Amino acid sequence: MIELRDITKTFGAVVANDRVTIKVQTGTIHAIVGENGAGKSTAMRIAYGFYTADAGQILVDDQPESITSPQSAIALGIGMVHQHFMLVDTMTVAENIVLGAEPGTPLALDLEEAEKRIATLSQEFKLSVDPRARIADLSVGQQQRVELLKALYRNARLLILDEPTAVLTPLEVEELFGILRGMREQGKTIVIITHKLSEVLAISDEVTVMRDGKVVGRLRTADTTAADIARLMVGRDVLLHVHKPDATPGRPMLAVRGLSVTTPEGVRVVENVTFDVRAGEIVGIAGVEGNGQTQLMEALAGLVGPAYVSGDIVLEGDSLTGVDARHRRERGIAHVPEDRHRRGLLLDFGLDENAILGVHYRPPITTLPGHIVLDEGEIHRRAVDIIKRFDVRPPNPDLPARALSGGNQQKLIIGREFELKPKLLLVSQPTRGVDIGAIEFIHEKIVKMRDAGCAVLLVSAELEEVMALSDRLLIIHSGKIAGEVNPRVASPGAIGLLMTRGY
Amino acid sequence: MRLVRELVFPAIAVLAAFLVGGVFILAIGENPLQTYRLLIGSALWWPDGIGYTLFLATPLIFTGLAVAVAFRAGLLNIGAEGQLYVAAFATAWVGIVFANLPGVVLVPMCCAAAVLAGGLWGAIPGVLKARFGSHEVINTIMLNFVAVALVSYFTQYHYRTPGDPIMETAPIGASAHIPRMARLIPGFPERIPLNVSFLLALLCCALVYFFLWHTKWGFELRATGSNPAAAEYGGIAIRKQIVIAMTISGALAGMVGINEVLGYRYRYYDGFSDSYGFTGIAVALLGRNHPVGVIFAALLFAILTRGGVPVDAFTQHVTKDIVQILQGTIILFVAAEALFREGARRWVKF
Repeated sequence: MIELRDITKTFGAVVANDRVTIKVQTGTIHAIVGENGAGKSTAMRIAYGFYTADAGQILVDDQPESITSPQSAIALGIGMVHQHFMLVDTMTVAENIVLGAEPGTPLALDLEEAEKRIATLSQEFKLSVDPRARIADLSVGQQQRVELLKALYRNARLLILDEPTAVLTPLEVEELFGILRGMREQGKTIVIITHKLSEVLAISDEVTVMRDGKVVGRLRTADTTAADIARLMVGRDVLLHVHKPDATPGRPMLAVRGLSVTTPEGVRVVENVTFDVRAGEIVGIAGVEGNGQTQLMEALAGLVGPAYVSGDIVLEGDSLTGVDARHRRERGIAHVPEDRHRRGLLLDFGLDENAILGVHYRPPITTLPGHIVLDEGEIHRRAVDIIKRFDVRPPNPDLPARALSGGNQQKLIIGREFELKPKLLLVSQPTRGVDIGAIEFIHEKIVKMRDAGCAVLLVSAELEEVMALSDRLLIIHSGKIAGEVNPRVASPGAIGLLMTRGY
Repeated sequence: MRLVRELVFPAIAVLAAFLVGGVFILAIGENPLQTYRLLIGSALWWPDGIGYTLFLATPLIFTGLAVAVAFRAGLLNIGAEGQLYVAAFATAWVGIVFANLPGVVLVPMCCAAAVLAGGLWGAIPGVLKARFGSHEVINTIMLNFVAVALVSYFTQYHYRTPGDPIMETAPIGASAHIPRMARLIPGFPERIPLNVSFLLALLCCALVYFFLWHTKWGFELRATGSNPAAAEYGGIAIRKQIVIAMTISGALAGMVGINEVLGYRYRYYDGFSDSYGFTGIAVALLGRNHPVGVIFAALLFAILTRGGVPVDAFTQHVTKDIVQILQGTIILFVAAEALFREGARRWVKF
């Protein structure tokens, strides 16, 4: 269907694609895997005409083509679904789909025909999307299907999906995969960019593995294993399991008693939650995303207004009611937030200034007179120290945080928070969007914190991750604790039921 | 290196604006090079030129700095105009009411009045935003009208010298006058109103720089502007930062009153501001919201204003409107550059 031949693309000094050749067979699902920054997205953006290659050829149906813009890609039957959807919230599904190619006369939009066609397409590919629904009323999974419809409506034969599962719940991932298989049966070709090995194995027919801008492997999925692909991705063997000694839990550190959290809109998202975390143990919280984990963690960190929280949070016997985020930090709570761009980083600030966020106002960061003035030397030392010990790359404290890859940004945040030597560590989605090498590193550091006597509360959307790391596992469903299991003996199936059904 | 990068875009914007202006001048039928030589030469090298240029730059440094500080906190202060009016009036009021006090007491009191009144007027939209989430752009614009009307009312009905046909207050006490440059630099003409408040403006630039980049308070203010959610996560009270930033911004704008009342007219003169508050937005924009940039940008705008008069007088056809064309195009190019930069960032990110 499509072949990228010897594609090279550089951005400044960075070689994003180095003589990349990818061949996608018609009627197959082709996975492109690699760590963050391996060049997967760049290659596909070249195929979709977002970027033009510096060198190399693109062949569509064995004919050399020049794809200079998304328009020319669409004309050749290539469609792309981006990680971040490009939809107008206030408009209907049909209006969004026809956007840019509106049917009817310039003065009168004729949607009826389009709606009919969309309904047919939706039925044909089992997307179950109502063309008249408003985007704002749809779930994330449904919005993604609208994006798929957008491409299908423009007669795409090849669909490129960039990290399609990053935003989906496990259930929605299953649905998506069902839809993609259906499309393959109808003769469509699908390229899926991902770094989740389980998905590669579950959905693809063929795999292209990329590392450092080069293609390092072309495999038939049926003939390969997760370990094989992982080795190619990182160029060495990785631990897919976390090695950790048994926990030796000490005294109770955090006691949560009847905690409820409501949103400003009045929705109760965390309901009467009670649990403990002891020093030296990792308590995991598993759950489908959007079941109150976010608000629970933010409430514990002091980031939810007191008016929206009820119940009691007790740290080492002292109630934290009425204690703000700054003073919770001072009492020994560190927090790795789930959304590092929104919460965790000042993207336009240097790594040095990011390394002091949260402790910027007190010694040793501040210096005399009156501890108002920032001690530049100390800030630099601290940043360099974190960068070194947490392997942040590139190791330049003057770079803006924005310039780092997701994994390195995360390592910086983890370094900053772990350096606080906290009594309680709140960790949300520690490895989201992080490459395999960094995942392993981050997991090790979390276990080390536990072994140093820190109480760790861990939330992750990756069930494997919480199961591998946790000493005890709580399952949250609709804002309530649905159960507690021993992650060592519990089956993922049983946990899955608790997560999705609540009992 | 970073400095060079920061300077390149504003420099390009200014050069491009001069090119566009040149086209206009050519179309009018004059020689652009000669016109520009007249414009810049008169502002810098003619007798009195530099003195007046620096005098004109003084209020622009204050307002540019005011807008820049607010912007660093993620706020758009369109209200510097109102803040400086209120502050200038307050300065004059103190200077009139306490006219009998000696200078060592009165001058600091007048300066404090300028800072406090401006700061208070700036704090109002800050508090409104922090408490109720109402947008500071709307509120600062609206407060401009309130400020202008308020001080006009007081001038007209309460503080005008009886029989004075001009809308101005009675003079302030002589002890409140601050020294003009002639007193500091021997041979500097007494008629040029450049006064020590220019030095105060430079000092404020240094202080603001130190505050923003070398104190914990500045860090909190910038963090709030850069990413409020992350600032909150870092234990920063972002609502408080909004009020603080608007107060500082208003106080800086208010210092225009020191230059105007204590150093120039020695009274409050209604409608004195040549849109200093609004030009301050352009100054901050061109100066990249950095104190050093603000100084250069304020100088440039002052040169244009000062040089416009001789251009009007000594060319056949070009009027001083050319200055507005230049100012307008500079702003346009700076704004376009921001768009360009944003675009560039999007493309480089992958």
